[in-house]
Amino acid sequence: MVTYYKAHAVADALEVLGRTDVEAKALLGGTDLLVGLGDRLDSAPGVVVDLKGLADGEPLAVTESGVRIGLTVTMADLLADPTVSTWYPALAQAAGEVGSVAIRNRATLVGNICNASPACDTAPALLVHGAQVRIASAAGERVVPISEFFVGPRATTCARDELVTAVELPRPVPGTGSAFQRLTRRWGVDLATVSVAAAVHGDGRIQLGLGAVAPTPLLVDVPAGTDLTDRAALDPVLDEVLAVATPISDIRAGADYRAAMVRELAARTLRAALDSTRRTQA
Amino acid sequence: MSVGTESLVTVTATINGEPRTFTVPGHRTLLDALRSELGLTGTKSSCTEGECGACTVMLDGHAVNSCLVLAAEVDGHEVLTVEGVSVDGGTDLQQAFLEHGAVQCGFCIPGQVMSAEYLLSRNPDPSVQEIRDAMSGNLCRCASYNRIVEAVRQTATKRVSTRG
Repeated sequence: MVTYYKAHAVADALEVLGRTDVEAKALLGGTDLLVGLGDRLDSAPGVVVDLKGLADGEPLAVTESGVRIGLTVTMADLLADPTVSTWYPALAQAAGEVGSVAIRNRATLVGNICNASPACDTAPALLVHGAQVRIASAAGERVVPISEFFVGPRATTCARDELVTAVELPRPVPGTGSAFQRLTRRWGVDLATVSVAAAVHGDGRIQLGLGAVAPTPLLVDVPAGTDLTDRAALDPVLDEVLAVATPISDIRAGADYRAAMVRELAARTLRAALDSTRRTQA
Repeated sequence: MSVGTESLVTVTATINGEPRTFTVPGHRTLLDALRSELGLTGTKSSCTEGECGACTVMLDGHAVNSCLVLAAEVDGHEVLTVEGVSVDGGTDLQQAFLEHGAVQCGFCIPGQVMSAEYLLSRNPDPSVQEIRDAMSGNLCRCASYNRIVEAVRQTATKRVSTRG
């Protein structure tokens, strides 16, 4: 049997999630956790801890210095928020690619990163926008850069007795642009074969976030000053910076295809990010 | 709490406008509770993993896959199923589905109707592409897609002109 427990305080959620005598799983949108739950009761968690009742202040809070995304913020919420679309275009685009309308109405950003799929749609955008993950425990709170959050397939630095409570994004420096693109086998309700977010920062830094080409989403730097409009010059630069990718063959694609496509998507996404800086300056 | 002993949950929710109370095991999905506990079998069970959209209902006015929601989660919330949108007989949208031959085997239609009503509630006059995007989570193995899109388009046009 599965016990449903709705937590109303972070301390209560932490206590149940940290118990060692029962398998407890955190529930937000349920779009990953509940897949097949009804058919797999023998391997199901003993307790499902619903976190949607945790008092969260303003779930999606915008300040002068950035945006704080709380536990209950869904992909649909991110898509609908004008500040997210303006400051973090790659994140809004990624949120809009997740699943379907019905999935986006339930799936949360925090749940998406905690599920820690190597193909996590929002991770590449969070990486290039320098997101920080706020993690609570009985001992207090720590803040981890998203680049250190993922430690393996379906594994994060968030321990059993800890709980992610928010994702914080710094306000981009003026002139920053970003974009997200992913390759799928069909338009709706598919996981990424390869995904790439690119940011061209107003201070000159150029970064790529890569999904589905390594055990975890990756963040790589493209040398500042690289001409993103000259494909012949860009390709050898990309070959060098993308060497860190270690794609595998699986049901969605072969390793060679992924390696070829990550370069192609990187080039296209960098160009789209550059174009988005021009739009914000116009 | 005494975790592990409280496996049954009593849920009180507004289902199609009526307050309903029912008791379910913690793992029971909203989809299964609607069909088994509440006798609302209009909502269909197919993939049970959020891929096909046959189980689409509205939760507090938002389209969701009821196979990916626990019944326990809807305590205190409002659920609208296909029975709730057509309480007075068929709707204009359902009539349009029939007129366009969009209903072939029919199994996906309740979910298609719910997704279409959700789209029209937020975008009363969608383009063909907007309809295709909004309903990409609803699969039809009879491949009636063009007819479904036409039915939604026609309904939107009629509703917009009626409202003037």
